[in-house]
Amino acid sequence: MKETTIVKPLRTTVFWRRHRFHRPGADQLFLYAAGLVVCFLILCAIAPQWIAPYSPTALDPANLLKPPSASHLFGTDYFGRDVFTLVIYGSRDSLLIGLASVVVGGLAGAALGTLAGYVGGWVDQVLMRLIDVLMTIPGILLALAIAASLGPSTMNVVLAIAAGTIPRYARVMRSQILTVKNRTYVLASRSIGSTGTRIFFKHVLPNSLAPFLVMATIGVGTSILTGSGLSFLGLGVIKEIPDWGTVLSQGRGYLTVAWWVCTFPGLAIASFVLSVNIIGDRIRDVLDPR
Amino acid sequence: MTGSIATRLLTAALVVVGSSMLVFVIMYVLPGDPVLQMLDGNASSPEAIEQMRKQLGLDQPFYVQFLQYFLHLLQGDFGVSRVDNSPVLPKILEHAPATLALTLVSATISVVVGTVLGVLSAIHRNGFIDMLARFVGLYGISMPTFWTGILLLLLFSIQLGLFPIAGSNGWKSLVLPGVTLGLVGAGLIVRMVRNTMLEVIGEPFIITLRAKGLAERAVMYRHALRNALIPALTVIGVMIGELLSGTVVVETVFARQGIGRILADAIMSKDLPVVQGVVFFTAIVYVLVNLLVDLSYSFIDPRIRRAH
Repeated sequence: MKETTIVKPLRTTVFWRRHRFHRPGADQLFLYAAGLVVCFLILCAIAPQWIAPYSPTALDPANLLKPPSASHLFGTDYFGRDVFTLVIYGSRDSLLIGLASVVVGGLAGAALGTLAGYVGGWVDQVLMRLIDVLMTIPGILLALAIAASLGPSTMNVVLAIAAGTIPRYARVMRSQILTVKNRTYVLASRSIGSTGTRIFFKHVLPNSLAPFLVMATIGVGTSILTGSGLSFLGLGVIKEIPDWGTVLSQGRGYLTVAWWVCTFPGLAIASFVLSVNIIGDRIRDVLDPR
Repeated sequence: MTGSIATRLLTAALVVVGSSMLVFVIMYVLPGDPVLQMLDGNASSPEAIEQMRKQLGLDQPFYVQFLQYFLHLLQGDFGVSRVDNSPVLPKILEHAPATLALTLVSATISVVVGTVLGVLSAIHRNGFIDMLARFVGLYGISMPTFWTGILLLLLFSIQLGLFPIAGSNGWKSLVLPGVTLGLVGAGLIVRMVRNTMLEVIGEPFIITLRAKGLAERAVMYRHALRNALIPALTVIGVMIGELLSGTVVVETVFARQGIGRILADAIMSKDLPVVQGVVFFTAIVYVLVNLLVDLSYSFIDPRIRRAH
């Protein structure tokens, strides 16, 4: 007997066909631009030496606080360092801190929220009251207090930012788990004898993840904002190669004579966070069509 | 109704107690010996260090220290600054008006700009106003406040000389910081109002209203808007948290003498009682604002009022 195989389209193919490029509206163009910015800055973070024209530590006493020109695209700072090079190299720490704190805060928050939502009862009560308390301290204040006590190191800054983001991830995850665990397919799975663990990993968890993922995407931007804010206040990591917030903060003293030292690192932060948010909004539209 | 208000008040009080505890625990658990930090590397004999520790009550077990701290808090005693030995609470109260004025101005800008743009953009979907609203929405949540602040300073204070560069005297000094922070809040509110407005416009009761021949203006402003404002109100609670924490950065940028500035300075000098005091103070303000937001639901929405 001849073996028959049914070729099904891969889910991704269907996905792409459904969201195909119909009419390149402004939204679509912004999305592509955002994608380009993110890719470029990630490339900068991975291999800054390919893009930057100078060394980030090269001091040039002959060229202090020079305005943007052909040889120094973004001008030079008080030490004669090339600001364009600093922006390229600064992406590494800025992005690292943003991503790592989302991973730490997101995992902790999601775990707490899942536990509260799935187990319920007093566990839920206790955890959510703790989250309520944690929420009363605005994110950057908590980060400031923690960063101040722990002292500056990349790990500590990541922990400080992550701590403040735990509540929002926990709440999103909990509310989603609460709706999903009462769906009929969960009941159906239980009625055919699936174990609690299997139901959880096979049905509840995968179906609860979408809002959390949207929040985590946008969270990368928010964490970078908090991180650069900490650096701006002087609580960031002091390293030979500064991150964007530090460059900006160092340039603040020369604001009246050299606008470029503050402007360009800020532009880098702004365009990255803006791009991440545009992409996050788009993911939300696709995952959560209302 | 009174019962539910009492419950809310009680919960709010418990949350405040909880946050005082959290602040204390964070400061207690985190590494760094306050005595050594105060001496800041100055060589002192071990006896002198021990003496100082006793004097500050740091030789007591954790729960004794917490109880003492908490009892003092109840009496309005936030402790004494480790830098200049002045009591913390008067320091906070002295600088609070500048911060509250800034928060108020920026909250007003946020709410007015946010709601007006949000509503108009939902009504004229895909039009020019909608583009503007979506831009403000994205800008508000994406731009670092210190950068917006610096750009505004560069343009309006340094280039045009319209506003003072630093300080917290007079209404002119409030304009730029207020706009800087206001844009953040406006971004949050625009996004929320636009989304809920669009959702409400799609509901069946709007079709009914249109079907019975009500003027479009009345449908939008009398019916849709009211229903869209409830979720927007919730954002105001969240926004206050953002604004309060935003003041730390904005006050640094504009060199304003507010509690955000005190906090930044205290953190630099490791003045933990002041850090504790300011964080606790903002937590109280945050809880109070959210309590007010909670209570105002029932005044705005008759369905919630009847449910009680």
